[in-house]
Amino acid sequence: MKTSLLSFTAVLALTAAAAHAEEVRVYNWSDYIDESLLEKFEAETGIDLIYDVFDSNEVLETKMLAGGSGYDVVVPTGSFLQRQITAGAFQKLDPEQLPNLKNMWDVIQKRTAEFDPDNAYSINYMWGTTGMGVNLAKVQEALGEDAPIDSLDLVFKPENMKKLAACGVYFLDAPTEVIPAALKFIGEDPDSKDADVIAKTEPVLKAIRPYISKFNSSEYINALANGDICVAFGWSGDILQARDRAAEANNGVEIAFNAPKEGALMWFDQMAIPVDAPNPTGAHKFLNFIMDAQNMAAASNYVYYANGNKASQEFLNEDVIGDTAIYPDAAALDNLYTFSPYDPKLQRIVTRMWTGIKSGV
Amino acid sequence: MNLRRFFLIAVPYLWLGALFLVPFVIVLKIALSDIALSIPPYTPQLDLSAGWEGVRSFFADLDFENFTFLTTDDLYWKAYLSSLQIALISTFVTLLVGYPMAYGMARAASEWRPTLLMLVILPFWTSFLIRIYAWMGILSNEGLLNQFLLWTGLISEPLTILNTNLAVYIGIVYAYLPFMILPIYAALEKMDDSLLEAAEDLGCSRVTAFWLVTIPLSKSGIIAGCFLVFIPAIGEFVIPSLLGGSGTLMIGKVLWEEFFSNRDWPVASAVAIILLLILIIPIILFQRNEQKQREAEG
Repeated sequence: MKTSLLSFTAVLALTAAAAHAEEVRVYNWSDYIDESLLEKFEAETGIDLIYDVFDSNEVLETKMLAGGSGYDVVVPTGSFLQRQITAGAFQKLDPEQLPNLKNMWDVIQKRTAEFDPDNAYSINYMWGTTGMGVNLAKVQEALGEDAPIDSLDLVFKPENMKKLAACGVYFLDAPTEVIPAALKFIGEDPDSKDADVIAKTEPVLKAIRPYISKFNSSEYINALANGDICVAFGWSGDILQARDRAAEANNGVEIAFNAPKEGALMWFDQMAIPVDAPNPTGAHKFLNFIMDAQNMAAASNYVYYANGNKASQEFLNEDVIGDTAIYPDAAALDNLYTFSPYDPKLQRIVTRMWTGIKSGV
Repeated sequence: MNLRRFFLIAVPYLWLGALFLVPFVIVLKIALSDIALSIPPYTPQLDLSAGWEGVRSFFADLDFENFTFLTTDDLYWKAYLSSLQIALISTFVTLLVGYPMAYGMARAASEWRPTLLMLVILPFWTSFLIRIYAWMGILSNEGLLNQFLLWTGLISEPLTILNTNLAVYIGIVYAYLPFMILPIYAALEKMDDSLLEAAEDLGCSRVTAFWLVTIPLSKSGIIAGCFLVFIPAIGEFVIPSLLGGSGTLMIGKVLWEEFFSNRDWPVASAVAIILLLILIIPIILFQRNEQKQREAEG
């Protein structure tokens, strides 16, 4: 997948060099789009599309704060977007150039306005939850038929993790995803900004640390699909992609995703235009193209994430719109919480704690 | 006048200035700044439009706070020490593996040597990243190595190698082996075989002759090889992050975290500068020692 994406980018870069035509440079998460959409955009607009990928908000944010990234469209997660707007990294969108804004879903718009007031700087691309992906057969073998696969107990109780360690557990390498879940597990406010409350998660995480084989935010898709690991604490759509890859490979691996029943973190990946984008007009064209109902539906059908586009819902496959792991029902939606950014001082404390948890120092 | 000579000497200094001194001053400047939520994410910025006042207030705002901060947390020292340890051990292992290979190449029939040299360089034709990814495929629990060992019946449970320090050592030794082999080979190839014959005539066994003649004559190659492996290994980031586990503590990863997770460029720059000092001191000591030896011999 990654290599095909890379070669695809290379081909795009070559054609761009040959034609010297108008270019739009998009920087998106890895494994996050139906690649045929990229070709469709080029065919429809005649603009050359350069598509690069990243796998952590931190990498994107560093490029944004360094300035001169050269990208026209980037896709930060809500809480990161909020901080980057404060730093002056983005330009306001021009609604005149975005007729497809009418397709957006008010329910999601209301939630994303918490990060981006009036949605002035960004449009929602995808949203999802953070939860547990399991290899059903291996987890049931380790923990029995009634393994708590839909509860935080699965990954935060040392006695469960001890039994799962042998078949392999990966965690997201993102403190902003794992610490809120650990806070939820011990019954604290997951969005707490109190250093003492956050510190309470340290013993919880240190207790399960010996049983985690790796903290990484992209490798778990393949590791789950190949059967290298039996549990991943990761993003909903990634785990559902792993489920599909395993099914396609027909290797006998059966993957399931569950959002924790105690409450799951809901996140929003937002498309925004950097303040120094070389081609803001082309960037608006790309955003408008993505907000087209059928295009957005094609993207969601491919990556198994829900989107913030109401009009796209009629074009969604039944295994996307009908799956409550992707589109939770109204009651489950109430059970989802959001997360706001740390200030620099707390960020340093959290990163230091996270390093300590990972490396034992 | 001696314009020709002047230009000849100026070239390496220009090179050093443009590729080392200027970047170093930029990094040092960031290390003396403070973190800020802006583009770029540190303050103060040099404001030339304010004239002399701007320059003065710029220098007044620089301080060594970030360096003192590094001493308050033992994470940094542990990371430096652990990097030193990993780099030293892997340099030593690379030497143990690389020396016999270089020796074999230098002893081989001369028509074979270009082919052997080619084989050592051949892996460079593939991207470094792809070669490290290939090791992930070899070392993982379901990987080639474990499948082979299970098939031979030597083990009954797959060995966990990927995501441990052992995998980091394997990765570094593999990736830097050519840098060890090539300088040793160059030193051994120049060696005059009649010296060995003379040693044997004078009563040395072949083993003693190896220790008394071959090793001292290849010393320059060994030292060059060790530095070529040690220096990049200590700051290595790609190998520990792909092959190492989360418990692998190396300064390259700490630097990454300061830079990306904390967005604290000033502290990240301070970490980088101390790493540079740690590397520069032994190099200077080593060169001084060499010079003294040469003077003593001369």
